[in-house]
Amino acid sequence: MARFEKRGPRSPITQSIRVDKVHPRARVLRRLIAILSLLVALIMLLPVFVMGISAFKTRADVMSSPPKILFRPTLEGFMLLFTDRAVVSQARQEELQQEARAGKLTLFARLALEAGMEITGPSAYVFRLWNSVIIAGISTVASVVLGLFAAYAFSRFKVPGKDDLLFFILSTRMLPAVVVTIPLFLMYRQLGLHDKHLGMIILYTVFNLSFSVWLLKGFIDEIPKEYEEAALVDGYTRLQAFFRVVLPQAASGVAATTVFCLIFAWNEYAFALMLTSQRARTAPPSIATMMGRGGIEWSAIAAGSLGFLIPVVIVTFALRKYLLRGITFGAIRG
Amino acid sequence: MPSTRGQGNPPPASSVGSARPHLSDRAIQNLFIWPTLLLLIAVNLFPLLYSLYLSFTNFLAVQNKPPKWVGLANFATILASPEMWRYFATTGRYALITVGLQTVIGFGLAMLVRRKFFGSGLITTLILVPMMISPVVVGMFWKMIYNPNFGFFNFLLGAGDAGKGLDMLASKWFGASTPGLALIAVAIVDVWMWSPFVMLLVLSGLNAIPEYLYEAAAIDRASPWFQFRRITLPQVAPLLLIAVLFRTIEAFKSFDLVMGMTGGGPGDQTELIAINLYRQAFQGTFKTGFSSALAYIILILIIAASNLYIKYLNQIKGEA
Repeated sequence: MARFEKRGPRSPITQSIRVDKVHPRARVLRRLIAILSLLVALIMLLPVFVMGISAFKTRADVMSSPPKILFRPTLEGFMLLFTDRAVVSQARQEELQQEARAGKLTLFARLALEAGMEITGPSAYVFRLWNSVIIAGISTVASVVLGLFAAYAFSRFKVPGKDDLLFFILSTRMLPAVVVTIPLFLMYRQLGLHDKHLGMIILYTVFNLSFSVWLLKGFIDEIPKEYEEAALVDGYTRLQAFFRVVLPQAASGVAATTVFCLIFAWNEYAFALMLTSQRARTAPPSIATMMGRGGIEWSAIAAGSLGFLIPVVIVTFALRKYLLRGITFGAIRG
Repeated sequence: MPSTRGQGNPPPASSVGSARPHLSDRAIQNLFIWPTLLLLIAVNLFPLLYSLYLSFTNFLAVQNKPPKWVGLANFATILASPEMWRYFATTGRYALITVGLQTVIGFGLAMLVRRKFFGSGLITTLILVPMMISPVVVGMFWKMIYNPNFGFFNFLLGAGDAGKGLDMLASKWFGASTPGLALIAVAIVDVWMWSPFVMLLVLSGLNAIPEYLYEAAAIDRASPWFQFRRITLPQVAPLLLIAVLFRTIEAFKSFDLVMGMTGGGPGDQTELIAINLYRQAFQGTFKTGFSSALAYIILILIIAASNLYIKYLNQIKGEA
C-alpha cells in the first residue's frame, strides 16, 4: 500500500484541488455567494449608515421629513460632542464674529458661534472615552486569561463537582443586572470601590468570566487530547504542553472570546450608570444623555456613537485572521 | 525503584525532559480554576444572598426603615397577579421569536461566509458591526429609524408621508392600532443586533470541521442535505448550543434595548419582565424587596431553561 506521506508536498495544501471546487460551475457559485454576502453585509449596515450620516447632519437635517440622503455635511455634531458650550450675549457674539473674520477662531469655535454659543472647554466625553479604554481593555484581558486557564482545567482534568461548578459559573450571569446593582452598590461603597476604575474592572471581569469560561471550554473541548498527550510523552511538562500545543490551537477561540468580552465591557450601560459618578464613568452613559437646548442632540449622539464604535471595529478587524481561521485544521477528533 | 536523574534510568513520564521542578496536574488544576472561582464568589456571593434575603422582606430602598420579614408574601403577590403572568408570556414570546430567528439567520450567515472569497474577511467583520454598538445607542437609533415622520423605515417602505404609514413602536398601521407591531419592532432590532453573535460562533464551529469528512461523503455520493444533516449540524451543535444558551439568558434579561425604544409601551405591549423589574426597583416606590423576589423568579426560570440546554449539550457531546 502506498504511503501518502512520502509523496505528498511538504507544505500543507491550502487551496482545494477537488474537481468539484475548480469546476466552472463551482466558481460561478462562489462568485454568487460573494455577491450575496456583500448584499447581506450592506443590509446589516443600513442602520449603521443612518447613524453615520446623522453624525454629519445639522439638527434640522436629522429631523427632516422625508429623511434626507443628500445633505451638506457639517461637523456640528462632533463640536457638540467634544466641547462644553455656553450661550453668549449679542455683544460678545459680534466680537467673536470679528475674530472669526480675522481667521483667529478654530473650526469648532466657528461652528459654535453659528449656533450662538461659545466654547468653554473640552467636554467630559474625551475623559470618559479614556476611562472606557482602560476599564474595558484591562477587564477583557483579565477575563480572557482567567477564563482560558479555568476552561482548560475544566476541559482536561477530572475536577470534582465539575458540572456543578460550571453551572455556578454560568449562574453568575443569570440574575438580572437591575437587582444585582443594589447589593453591589452597598458592597462597593463599603469596600471603597464605588466610582473607582478598579471596581469597574473587577465587575466587568466577573461579568464576562462566565461567558469566557463556557465559550473557551467549548473551543478547547474541540481540540483533540491526543496532541497534548503526545507532547507529554515527548517530555513537555503540562504547562509547556498548554502554552505550546493547546494555546496555538485555541487561537481562534481566544480571538472570538476577546472580541465578545471587549464588546460587552465596552458597551455596558446599566452598571456604569449606577456604580460610577464622575471619576470612573465610562462613555456609554454619557452618550445617551447628550441633551441640548432643543431636546435630544441626535447629531452629537450619532457622532459619539460613531467614535465609540470605531475602536471595537478596528480590534475585530485586526483579529479577523484568527476569528475566521479553523480551529483544528483537519486534525482527528478524539 | 526510585529514579535518579541523569543515570540512564527512565524517570516517570511526567518529569521527562525537565530538570526544573514542576507542578503536578492536581496543582495546575487548582491554580487554573481557583482564581476564577474565588473572584466569582467574592463578587457574586453577597449580592446573591442579600437579594435573596431582601426577597422575603418588604424593604423599600428610599425609606430609612430596616427590612421587615414578610415571608413568601412577595412571591405570592407576583404569582397571583395576572399582569405579571402577561409580562412573563410577553417575555417568553419575545425570547422565542428573537432566539429562534437569531439561530436561523446566524446559521445562514455563517454558511454564507464560510468559504473564503475575495474580501470575505472584511465582509464578515462588517456583518459583525451591529453587535458592537452599545445597546442604548442601538435603541435610540432604531427609534429614530422607526419614527413615522423622519425615519428611514417608513421611507424605505414607500409610505414616507408624515404621520402616515407604519408607526411600528406605537403599534399603528395607517393610524389604526395594530397590537403586536411594537413587539415585532423590538424583536427585529434584537435579531439584527445579535444574529452576528450566533454567526461568529457557528463560523468557528464550521471551520473546525475536518475537510476529509466532506470528501468521504462526496465519494459516497451523499446529497448536500445529507451532508448538512449528518456532518455539518452535529459538528457545529456544541458551539451553536452555547450561543443559543447565552442568547436565551440574555433574552429573559432583555432590558436596555427595549427600554430605550418603547419603555414597555404602547400600553404594556412590550412590557418585558425585566423592564417591569426595573420599574418595580427604581421607579415609584422603589420596591426593593418585591423586585428581588421577582428577580429570583426570573432566575429560577432561566436556570430551568439553561438546564434543558445543558442536558441536551451533554447528550450531543456524549454522542460525538
